[in-house]
Amino acid sequence: MLDLQPQIILDNLPLFLQGLLLTLQLTGYSLLIGLLLAMPLARLRVSRNRWISQPVWAFTYFFRGTPMLLQLLVLYYGLAQFEWVRHSLFWPYLREPYWCALIAFSLNTCAYTTEIFAGAMRNIPHGEIEAARAYGMGALTLLRRIILPSALRRSIPAYSNEVILMLQGSSIASAVTLLDLTGAGRSVYSDYYAPFEAFIFIGLLYMAMTFALVGLFKWLELRYLAYLAPRPQR
Amino acid sequence: MFNGYLPAILAGVLTTLEVALLALLLSIVLGLIGASLKLSPFAWLRWPAQLYTTLMRGVPDLVAMLLLFYGMQIVSNAITEANGLAQWEIDPYVAGVITLSLIYGAYFSETFRGAFLAVPAGQLEAGQAYGMTRAQVFRRVLFPQMMRFALPGISNNWLVLLKSTAIVTMIGLQDMTWMADQAGRATRQPFLFYMLVCLLYLVLTACSQCALGALNKRYSLGVRHAEI
Repeated sequence: MLDLQPQIILDNLPLFLQGLLLTLQLTGYSLLIGLLLAMPLARLRVSRNRWISQPVWAFTYFFRGTPMLLQLLVLYYGLAQFEWVRHSLFWPYLREPYWCALIAFSLNTCAYTTEIFAGAMRNIPHGEIEAARAYGMGALTLLRRIILPSALRRSIPAYSNEVILMLQGSSIASAVTLLDLTGAGRSVYSDYYAPFEAFIFIGLLYMAMTFALVGLFKWLELRYLAYLAPRPQR
Repeated sequence: MFNGYLPAILAGVLTTLEVALLALLLSIVLGLIGASLKLSPFAWLRWPAQLYTTLMRGVPDLVAMLLLFYGMQIVSNAITEANGLAQWEIDPYVAGVITLSLIYGAYFSETFRGAFLAVPAGQLEAGQAYGMTRAQVFRRVLFPQMMRFALPGISNNWLVLLKSTAIVTMIGLQDMTWMADQAGRATRQPFLFYMLVCLLYLVLTACSQCALGALNKRYSLGVRHAEI
């Protein structure tokens, strides 16, 4: 009663390939932007001055407490409500679904990454920081030589989860008409009325990418967290 | 200010909460079963559970939902056609709850597996030595102690699950995001309505954090924490 037609997948391979590229591009760029923004924000988040740490907290609280789909919808459909946005300098970007998705994804992953890094910074043994101060390091040198290397390493396990969630979360890009991997699947489904072929195929691709990322982060942990691993039992 | 759309949005909040809570209940049941299977001494019970958690965590929830929603429709059409019955429309509500339960069931399996392992074996043996049945040992000894280790994971999964419910709007379920979408189109104020829904999600997550904090206190009663 159900005859699968692999031919549909083969016929639409270029579409799937383009979708795959767009998914990788959106995920990769937003992770990069989020990572770069999160480093200074995490430092501000752990600041002892409440006037500095509270605004960062508000930012991460909003983006971690609401669904990414809504953030994307606010940016793409919501902002167009305002006349001044449509006449502003940014309108050429804000009316493009690609840029809206990129901005929404970047801010979202930035919020989670900021909290991950801030947590790791709080967990740095205070002796390390005091030793650095005793060596006469200034605030920037301390950040560059001690805090960032230590915090970034310790964040690898938590950050690997965030990267995988981001890859899978990027599937909502099809909500704003983008033809990412999920968008390609939806388009093939509506053209052929073949949900199994379309969605199982892209599901397998997502799974392959997820496993590749899991492998990559396992290797990174071995490489950069070796000194924190339990000592071999004698 | 909301042009009379507030009742519709609040009805959407109820739908969202229903979907989320039903999915939570089912996924906790699935998670307990999955964790028990994963800890079973028999390989033929362990590997299906392993396969389930691996598959479900490798696929985005949206893709799983689309596959289930449209796939179930085709299967049901084939069945009704073969038996000469009237066509049966798959309900997005059912498809949404089933998908979310299946996906978060996989995450809960991992959470519970870790928590089961964290309860010292001596506790279970002591329970058996008192002559408790296996069910009693589970209910009186294993479950209360396991919950303490599982709660951080449960809180985390619940918050992710709650936010995931927004994607049911993409298979046409009339949750609060869907209502906001309609209201925004009709009044040409999409920003206002989407932000209102964002705010409602923030309220829901804040309330859950309070409730989970109270639960955490309840299950950590017998544990001493060092004062820093």
